[in-house]
Amino acid sequence: MALDSKTTQDVMQFKVVGTRPLRPDGIDKVTGRARFGADISAPGMLTGLVLRSPHAHARIKSIDTSAAEAMEGVHAVVTRRDFPERDLDEGTADVLDNCMAGDKVLYDGHALAAVAASSTHIARKALKAIKVDYEPLDHVTDVDAAIQPGAPVLHQGRANESVPEGASPNIMARYEFGHGDIEAGLAQADRVLERSYKTEATHQGYIEPHACLAQMGPDGQADLWCCTQGHYMVRNTCAEILGLAQGQLRVTASEIGGGFGGKTTVFLEPVALMLAKKTQRPVKMVMSRSEVLRATGPTASSSVDMRIGMTKEGIITGAFAELRYQGGAYPGSPVDMGAMSAFAPYDLEHVKTIGWDIVTNRPKAAAYRAPGAPMAAFAVESAIDELAKGFGLDPLEVRLRNAAREGTRASYGPTYPAIGLEATLRRAKDHPHWSAPLGPNQGRGVACGFWFNFGGDTCVSLNVTPDGTVTVSEGNPDIGGSRASMSMMAAEELGIPYEKVRTIVADTGSLGQNEVTDGSRVTFAVGLATIKAARAAKAEMCKRVAQVWGIDEDAVEWKDGAAHPAGPNAGTHPPMTLAEIAAIASNTGGPIAGHCEANPEGAGVSFATHMVDTEVDPDTGAVKILRYTVFQDAGKAVHPAYVEGQFQGGATQGIGWALNEAYIYGEDGLLQNAGFLDYRIPVASDLPMIDAVILEIPNPGHPYGVRGVGETSIVPPLAAVANAVSEAAGVRMASLPMSPPKVLKAIRDS
Amino acid sequence: MSKIHVTTKINGDPVEYLCEPDETLLDVLRDQLGLTGSKEGCGTGDCGACTVTLDGRLVCSCLVLGAEAEGAEVGTIEGMAEAEALHPLQQKFIEHAALQCGICTPGILVAAKSLLERNPDPTEEETRYWLAGNLCRCTGYDKIIRAVMDAAADMRKAS
Repeated sequence: MALDSKTTQDVMQFKVVGTRPLRPDGIDKVTGRARFGADISAPGMLTGLVLRSPHAHARIKSIDTSAAEAMEGVHAVVTRRDFPERDLDEGTADVLDNCMAGDKVLYDGHALAAVAASSTHIARKALKAIKVDYEPLDHVTDVDAAIQPGAPVLHQGRANESVPEGASPNIMARYEFGHGDIEAGLAQADRVLERSYKTEATHQGYIEPHACLAQMGPDGQADLWCCTQGHYMVRNTCAEILGLAQGQLRVTASEIGGGFGGKTTVFLEPVALMLAKKTQRPVKMVMSRSEVLRATGPTASSSVDMRIGMTKEGIITGAFAELRYQGGAYPGSPVDMGAMSAFAPYDLEHVKTIGWDIVTNRPKAAAYRAPGAPMAAFAVESAIDELAKGFGLDPLEVRLRNAAREGTRASYGPTYPAIGLEATLRRAKDHPHWSAPLGPNQGRGVACGFWFNFGGDTCVSLNVTPDGTVTVSEGNPDIGGSRASMSMMAAEELGIPYEKVRTIVADTGSLGQNEVTDGSRVTFAVGLATIKAARAAKAEMCKRVAQVWGIDEDAVEWKDGAAHPAGPNAGTHPPMTLAEIAAIASNTGGPIAGHCEANPEGAGVSFATHMVDTEVDPDTGAVKILRYTVFQDAGKAVHPAYVEGQFQGGATQGIGWALNEAYIYGEDGLLQNAGFLDYRIPVASDLPMIDAVILEIPNPGHPYGVRGVGETSIVPPLAAVANAVSEAAGVRMASLPMSPPKVLKAIRDS
Repeated sequence: MSKIHVTTKINGDPVEYLCEPDETLLDVLRDQLGLTGSKEGCGTGDCGACTVTLDGRLVCSCLVLGAEAEGAEVGTIEGMAEAEALHPLQQKFIEHAALQCGICTPGILVAAKSLLERNPDPTEEETRYWLAGNLCRCTGYDKIIRAVMDAAADMRKAS
């Protein structure tokens, strides 16, 4: 594989990293043995269910739980009153309010009470017996309508200091990024394109609904089992909300049936713990699919106004975007990251983005794979495509002429080290897909995408057993094969076979703080910590061997899974393997382990270029995806099959976002498609094979050059598909999803 | 509400249970019999995570009542491997990295096995349409389709 950058990683010869071994949890997952969130039960367990608002916006005048509480088999009912009045930071207070509404319900599906009962039947009846007196309020669900004068107001006085005086009270924050003089830049252009773009809210769509099992004793010690992307986050958040000591709450992460960012917060867990506290019984809670769609994290819908200037040679002279994202009923839409990432792939002298964080009567947005970036990229990459084609220029060539490189000052501030955008574009240009012929009603689209990637608190413990096998304990739920990657990096570093290492995801009582599985951080940060833990174990083993041989520690080196004498004063000793050292550990100082506690910087930004062919049926407006190729920089692909899987999965979610998926709200403010029948995600027959081309431009911030790969792949597809459909249909599609009626209307109106 | 007594066979074993008249087969399997390999992703027959066979017919067990299993033979993911020997589909799913989170995997495997029993040599298109009722959010289906086709090829060679 061609490497466009020379670093120390180029000369590393990997033995395990880069191969495709079988994942350690594979057999459990193909036999049905793997235990996900809802797959566990406890003796004496009760069922917990949540009562949810049937209104988009209403004041809660009263809740009468007496009839429900009096029912046989009902053990507890909780409302917001049961939660202690605590001085929570703003973010956690919003999380609590989202889990259990206070004075107002803010969206259809907002939780406001919960019951624990001896059976699901009884729990359902009890929910019906809870009497709520609502005062319905006016509502707003559209991002642009929410900032019109006179729009219903969700919160008074919540805007932060960035919001100018007199702005709509539904605006929570304003962000601005960029450099240069935008008007001067646009003045140099041969054409300035002004266009607005809209995307609808989509859901992460993980197939496993949220689920948990909670127990709490009268001494305040509690245990929680749940499906989450971060059980340490669950511990800390629940402890803060409930007033527990973090050390008294042990959280164990189940296998996780998909998350994509949507399981980086809590919904059921504090409620289950409160019910367990009140009943002194284990309480299990599992959401239905409609609850998942009505009340858990969709991403923002967006409305973006764009002005981009380009010369007829294809040089972007100035770029401006104003982004409005609604993040549901609470502050915190990902518009800041949208505004930062929008123009990140390009080397621009004059660039500016403004982001507005807006609240509406919808569920609180949660992270969704590269949160905020796909919508921004949809607008930017659509505009560049339109300009390039308007000048008769090759859209890949135009991107190459403007591409950010090592040394480019990014639109959001930093100066890039070695990056892989140009490599993905060149590979795309050389790929047979780019020159393949197209038929009638067919179009080809390309788009680029960027994601920051992230490090975060990480704690790994690597233990050598007496028989010389190795256990790696990490604190991040394995969402797509990461245990295999950790085992591979440990095996690589120790010089032992992959099969000798087993990686487990430890509970919150077993390791220090670990950031959630987000920001494409796990293979990078946990991998880095695993390598460093292995290095610590190797250093310890060299020390033990030096003691056995009676020589200096510096005279022992680690090679190919064994300690060897090294240097002029080492003498001659037969090498001692890891297994031999482990066998005598008890006599040389006790068990052997390595640890790493880190908050690594240097995650290494990630870029991709996507290419897609579509066919549009001119009679129905239906779009068929004919061919799809992903080109993405992985830094170093630890397990290439799972890297390809991330590329393919992200592309497919993006295709769904582009073509089908959307939250549909009625005039009544209620969600009309809270099920997989009407919220239609891509199925196998919608798609072709997704070709995945891995590029490896090593990340200087990781010992093996690894970059996160999980998120970037969802950034380009919205625009790539839109550019392909626009070409096939002969009309620019600037609003998602490109559902058949919308495409048909666009064709007929053009 | 009195319970219904059901006598059935699950993965070849005789089983008896009592269920509520409105209790789904999926709930019986998971909550009463401890067969949690079948998953509930939607409860409305749209995602296929609860796919089992009922007298050889592929069904969403969330849409079947527990009482309907009376006298029938039920096949679930737990019955797919024989002792230590994985079914070729199971083996190919691991080899092809055809699962990421794995929540949809049991339903897809049961459905794919049923496909290959009817059609040992499916085209890619036939495989895609057969599995169109099984949602996977992680993989984009690419590696799943390849694993099924590869298992089919191996099974044809072996037979």
